[in-house]
Amino acid sequence: MTTRWFGAPVQRLEDERLLRGKGRFTDDIGEGALECCFVRSPYAHARITSIDVGAARVMPGVVAVYTAADLPFGGVDLPLLIPHPNLTQGRTQRCLASERVRYAGEAVVFVVAEDRYLAEDAAELVQVEYEPLPVVITPEAAERAEHLVHDDVPGNVAAEMLQEVGDVDAAMAKAPHRKQLRLRYERGAASPMEGRAVWARWSQSERKLTVYDSTQSPTSIRGGLAVLFGLPESNVEVIAPDVGGGFGPKIMLFYPDELLVPYAAMQLGRPVKWTEDRQEHFTAVNQERGQVHEVEVAFDDEGRVLALSDDFIHDGGAYTPYGIILPIISAAQIPGPYRLPNYRVRFRDMYTNATPTSPYRGAGRPHACFVMERTLDSIAQELKLDRVEIRRRNLIQADEFPYEVGVAWQDGNTVVYDSGNYPELLDRALAKLGPKPEGDSIGMGLAIYVEGTGVGPYEGAHVQVLVSGKVVAATGIPSQGQAHATVWAQVVADELGVDVKDVEVSSGDTRRFPWGVGTFASRGAVTAGNAMYVAARMVADKAKAIAADQLEAAPEDLELVDGRVRVKGAPDKGIPLGAVAVLSNPVRYAFGGGTEAATQFARKARPGPPLQDGEQPGLEATGYYSPPGSTWAAGCHAAYVRVDPKTFRLEILKYVVVHDCGRVINPLVLQGQIEGGVAQGIGGAFYERLAYDADGQLRNASFMEFLMPYATEIPPIEIDHIETPSPLNPLGVKGAGEAGVIPVGAVLASAIEDALHVPITEMPQSPLKLFEAFSNS
Amino acid sequence: MKPPPFEYHAPATVDEVCALLGSLEDAKVLAGGQSLIPLLNFRLARPAHLVDINRVDGADRIYERDGGVAVQALARQAAVEDSELVARVCPLVVDALRLVAHRVIRNRGTVCGSIAHADPASELPAVLLALGGHVVARSTRGERTIPAAELFAGVFETALAQDELLVEAWFPASGKPSAILEESRRHGDFALAGVVRAGDRLALFGVAPTPVLADPRDPGRGLKPSGDLEATPDFRIHLVRALSEKAFAA
Amino acid sequence: MRVNGVDHPVPHDARRLLADHLRHDLKLTGTHVGCEHGVCGCCTVLLDGAPVRSCLMLAVQAEGHDVTTIEGLARDGKPLHPVQQAFHDAHGLQCGFCTPGFVMSVVGLLAQHPEPTAEEIDEGIAGNLCRCTGYASIRRAVRLAAELSR
Repeated sequence: MTTRWFGAPVQRLEDERLLRGKGRFTDDIGEGALECCFVRSPYAHARITSIDVGAARVMPGVVAVYTAADLPFGGVDLPLLIPHPNLTQGRTQRCLASERVRYAGEAVVFVVAEDRYLAEDAAELVQVEYEPLPVVITPEAAERAEHLVHDDVPGNVAAEMLQEVGDVDAAMAKAPHRKQLRLRYERGAASPMEGRAVWARWSQSERKLTVYDSTQSPTSIRGGLAVLFGLPESNVEVIAPDVGGGFGPKIMLFYPDELLVPYAAMQLGRPVKWTEDRQEHFTAVNQERGQVHEVEVAFDDEGRVLALSDDFIHDGGAYTPYGIILPIISAAQIPGPYRLPNYRVRFRDMYTNATPTSPYRGAGRPHACFVMERTLDSIAQELKLDRVEIRRRNLIQADEFPYEVGVAWQDGNTVVYDSGNYPELLDRALAKLGPKPEGDSIGMGLAIYVEGTGVGPYEGAHVQVLVSGKVVAATGIPSQGQAHATVWAQVVADELGVDVKDVEVSSGDTRRFPWGVGTFASRGAVTAGNAMYVAARMVADKAKAIAADQLEAAPEDLELVDGRVRVKGAPDKGIPLGAVAVLSNPVRYAFGGGTEAATQFARKARPGPPLQDGEQPGLEATGYYSPPGSTWAAGCHAAYVRVDPKTFRLEILKYVVVHDCGRVINPLVLQGQIEGGVAQGIGGAFYERLAYDADGQLRNASFMEFLMPYATEIPPIEIDHIETPSPLNPLGVKGAGEAGVIPVGAVLASAIEDALHVPITEMPQSPLKLFEAFSNS
Repeated sequence: MKPPPFEYHAPATVDEVCALLGSLEDAKVLAGGQSLIPLLNFRLARPAHLVDINRVDGADRIYERDGGVAVQALARQAAVEDSELVARVCPLVVDALRLVAHRVIRNRGTVCGSIAHADPASELPAVLLALGGHVVARSTRGERTIPAAELFAGVFETALAQDELLVEAWFPASGKPSAILEESRRHGDFALAGVVRAGDRLALFGVAPTPVLADPRDPGRGLKPSGDLEATPDFRIHLVRALSEKAFAA
Repeated sequence: MRVNGVDHPVPHDARRLLADHLRHDLKLTGTHVGCEHGVCGCCTVLLDGAPVRSCLMLAVQAEGHDVTTIEGLARDGKPLHPVQQAFHDAHGLQCGFCTPGFVMSVVGLLAQHPEPTAEEIDEGIAGNLCRCTGYASIRRAVRLAAELSR
């Protein structure tokens, strides 16, 4: 393939309308929509004894008030999205709770009014009586099982899974050194700047439901709504318009509003809109990261890891709609870039009275990386080995690919690293990091990680050349800022030999492309990117076949360059792509745009019917890409930090990243993904935590107290790349969306420990935690 | 997160403001709104009446008086921050303002509103106390001066009566050396703990229900700060000591 | 009130926030709402030329004042404002939700500091939250905007 656009720092094609304030986010869509508000449980665990919506229903401006009893699907559990044989006690919530609430923020009543102000007024009139029940809030409390989140789930254990590679007990018994660690990661929140929102309209005359949803998976929403309402999928349109950041929680479906808003629109015959506010976002949107790991590691005198055993509990939250993907990923990613000949991992996914968990950028990996890197630092300390050296001694080498890890992966396969060069990542990061700055209380930290990206099952793309010569391309997965409109255009433009600005991409609109899975797990570039490539290649082949007749040349002698199909070596001999598009569709009636060339008396005669066996009209194609396995990206981060020994303020003096996601489609976009990921990682490592009290109340449910960093807290990030192309897909790409965030906790833990000489065994850290650790040491 | 219903009043003169405050039950003054409107949006405050003073003419002066700087009720924090007069006479106020939230907030927020709000972790009340300034309160009953030492009564509580409007804050000139130091989680956040040095005087904020004066030689003595997610009482005392030491080392 | 040069009556309902009035009554949806408690900065607009939070103002308070929203910086069909252009050139946006608020804050920052130092840039954009970019490209955009504005 040509590489004209692929790999170039193409500036984004979607920027202008966003910069002019002409973006279209879900809440921007009005059209006279009614507005909604939830009454949510103030208790983390309680029995509902009564619900009285009488006063709310008669309040002027209120259009409808729904409780579970008012819904035909009120008694049905919401779907369990990813069933797994080990998830023996899967539980999902109902759209609206009517008997029991299991986390503060669980939806109980849905109010529809003329506007949000009135809806909030009405929500205050709803009387719900609760009988509080004992609360299970930490994973440790869940494990103690003094109280149960679900009466019928013994021990609060939703799932348990044990895997072993090699023979851990035998290796441990023979090993010269053994060590135990207890490592803890707290819950965090993705906090996209746009909360969630849903807008729906029902057309009775067309029997058509149109839904705008700030989701990461419009195709799945469409499938679910079609099932729920008994409609053919073709009567349900779901569009993820501009989405103001996702970072994972918007891949969760179905949040109650995703059913209630369309339902209310169908019932009331008017468009209905619900836009989440920031306060409810903190409790109603899925969270992640709570895990507690008990690690035992065996190693030799040189610091080589001989065996590692990890037994961890995962804070699943009150329900398990997303299955057990998170602990499966953690279990699979603990070995990271290191040889681990004997590895045993057991996890238990525990119910707690807190918001359910599902992937948040990194999804099980930041904790996994933290476990392995903290373990290596601890071994280094014990053996008085350099932290870099111990990593060198354990890294998988560049000639060992494909490398089989042997544990289960989230797509049902086992983990096999496709390609990589981990020692080079380390070398380059150290070179970039340079010497340690002079001064007191300065520490160095580093971490190396791998990331399974680009999981299946598949994505598809439709590419069409219009008679104008412009190209439209569509895929089912939406963008939340990842520059789909630019990077897919680059892939398509190369295959069709057109300018990138002549390719208009639609993503996340089931009207334009109805099939697919979603934007998550660093999979867009691999799945949709390759689907774009496949579809564009099909269009190019079709263009050559049609042009071959016209140019009296063999298709293999043709090339697509500068918007034309032309004969190789004879650039003057060719026809514009738009003209080929005209010829692709034999018409009886010329309807403008040059289509007279395809009418029966104008067409160049060829034997047989105008549309021959196997031919389809239109210069278009639909292609799919389904990956045989995950592509494994990797990276090394290293940093110097200074921790003020009096105030325990953290200052990141230098932060470097060397990253490998295979072939790079657009370095500008990639840089943005990494910079943003690292910043999110810094937030999660030192500023942000979800602080639940013993009653299960989230005590910092606002941006005043949940401390997302501003520019003043984020240092410049220096980034470099290596490229080990993936052998698994035609473009050679791997995912990059989550990479930046994964190792930051491990890096900062290592650096802070080095600066202050206090053991860091949990994340996130804060000046207060460091003060206490320092005071106790 | 929408404000609850309230009755809105937009008087044009200070006298009208005082008349309203003197006659309305459960009225709240709306100045810059940078603290009050979030409370309304969270529905944590639900006054029956909102008396918006933003249409009062000529209540935004910053002028020199009695060797110090007087700042009227509607002077925006950004205007005070940019004032050459304040920079010359009382640079400590400028230093403090730069720690108050962010410029966009200061474009709307007022100095007097910040003092009347009396957040214990707020900078300006501590500066007023350290400098020994005062405020002028007016009501239909007349005008009175309240020294800073008598103004702050508790968490979000002042000696201002329900019917009084804080019409002016007066900051004495800040001599040298003076400094304000604070520790906050993020730039612009309320302080976990902070200190203001004005000559030999030391005021602390974030460590008690109100800003308090302290002995520079033993700033932590007698303090019983509250604890929260980001700081325990011990950590606050530790910070106050470290910050005071730094402020008096200079 | 005058919004982007056009006079509009203020809403009858005194509790209506300026952000909601701009977005839902005047259909100027470029001003975004991210937190409604004044921290995120997505709703920043210019009030008489200075950036303020439109979620921390009642719409009635804008009576007699000039409000400029992102839509008012560069009219349809006209070239982008230098700050908008710089955000594009420097890849200063990803999802674009926080972007209008940042752009308005940066317009205010450059009015105050036409040649901002690194520290003034950080202080000038602190007060706006971005979850996508990590601020690096926004810093680059501000530097570029200062150049383009010369």
